[in-house]
Amino acid sequence: MKKVRIVLWSAVVVAAAVSATLWMTERNQGPVAARVDPEAESFTADFELTDHTGMVQTDEDFRGRWMLVFFGFANCPDVCPMGLATIAQVMDELGTQGSAVQPLFITVDPERDTPSALANYVPQFGQGILGLSGPPDQIERTAETFKIYYQKIEEASAPDGYTMGHTSSFLLFDPEGEFVRIYEYDEEPGLIVTDLRERIGA
Amino acid sequence: MFKTFANAIQSLSVALLMGLPMASSAQQLSDNAWIVVESPWARASLGMSRPGGAYLTVRNEGNDPISLIGLRAKISDMASIHETRTNSDGVSSMAPADDIMIPPGGMIALEPGGYHAMLMQLQSPLVEGETFPLTLLFSDGTELEITVPVLGIGARGPEG
Repeated sequence: MKKVRIVLWSAVVVAAAVSATLWMTERNQGPVAARVDPEAESFTADFELTDHTGMVQTDEDFRGRWMLVFFGFANCPDVCPMGLATIAQVMDELGTQGSAVQPLFITVDPERDTPSALANYVPQFGQGILGLSGPPDQIERTAETFKIYYQKIEEASAPDGYTMGHTSSFLLFDPEGEFVRIYEYDEEPGLIVTDLRERIGA
Repeated sequence: MFKTFANAIQSLSVALLMGLPMASSAQQLSDNAWIVVESPWARASLGMSRPGGAYLTVRNEGNDPISLIGLRAKISDMASIHETRTNSDGVSSMAPADDIMIPPGGMIALEPGGYHAMLMQLQSPLVEGETFPLTLLFSDGTELEITVPVLGIGARGPEG
């Protein structure tokens, strides 16, 4: 287990308090994870997965860089291409500062999204984005440590008879692997760029 | 916009005679409503194995409500309108949409993160720079065929 640093959040805490209130009022719809877990003071990225080139990657391989993490699946026609397009545009706009940020796309659909399937998908959006997959139990563990939610939903009209519900927010981690904040997948890329620049330059 | 029915027909006829693709908008006078479709676009697909997505806006310039009830497209053996919903926890999921009612003077948008045309069982890939026909089906029996331009896979809206 990695060392847990105490991080003071300031604005994030306020945002978390607001979403916690919303969350408490709407949580009677079934099992869902909180977008920013109001109970958690901090958490550290923790995973071991296989990237779309076949290399094993762990969170520790990305220490020293900011990680921008997006969970999704390749058969998703709306949210996931939009999210990946947002990330690709953010990376474009960051220019040389982009080398301080590693975007990661982690599948929640390991049955279909093998590393080689991701190799034909993720780089189409941007060469810098790394697709990560693994056996279902590894994906499950990863989702738990990232405090994100995903679920297979039977849907007769979807390819292979199912679709996936999943947390669509991006998660940002600092160079020590500590969770910092979320961004929405359809956020204006320029706003994310401005925020990232301030943090990278800080 | 066109002032009169005659103007509209004239413009449409001219466009058709000249073979213009009418890619940016299309309109048709149905029995009870003006239906104006604008800003159609689709995202390029990677091959044909995964569903494609297309977007557009529909305005009802008539005096009666009308509903968008379905889609048909030669390029897809299974075209339907789906809706993405994101709850307050940031969890997104997708399901087939019910009929979408457009009030008189109202507009609906099929856009990323909301309604979208889900094009399953693609019969050919959606190739950036090409176009394909898509037919919108309305509750009054109107069938409106529009031409959808295919943008890059990283497009976030009709402007790319």
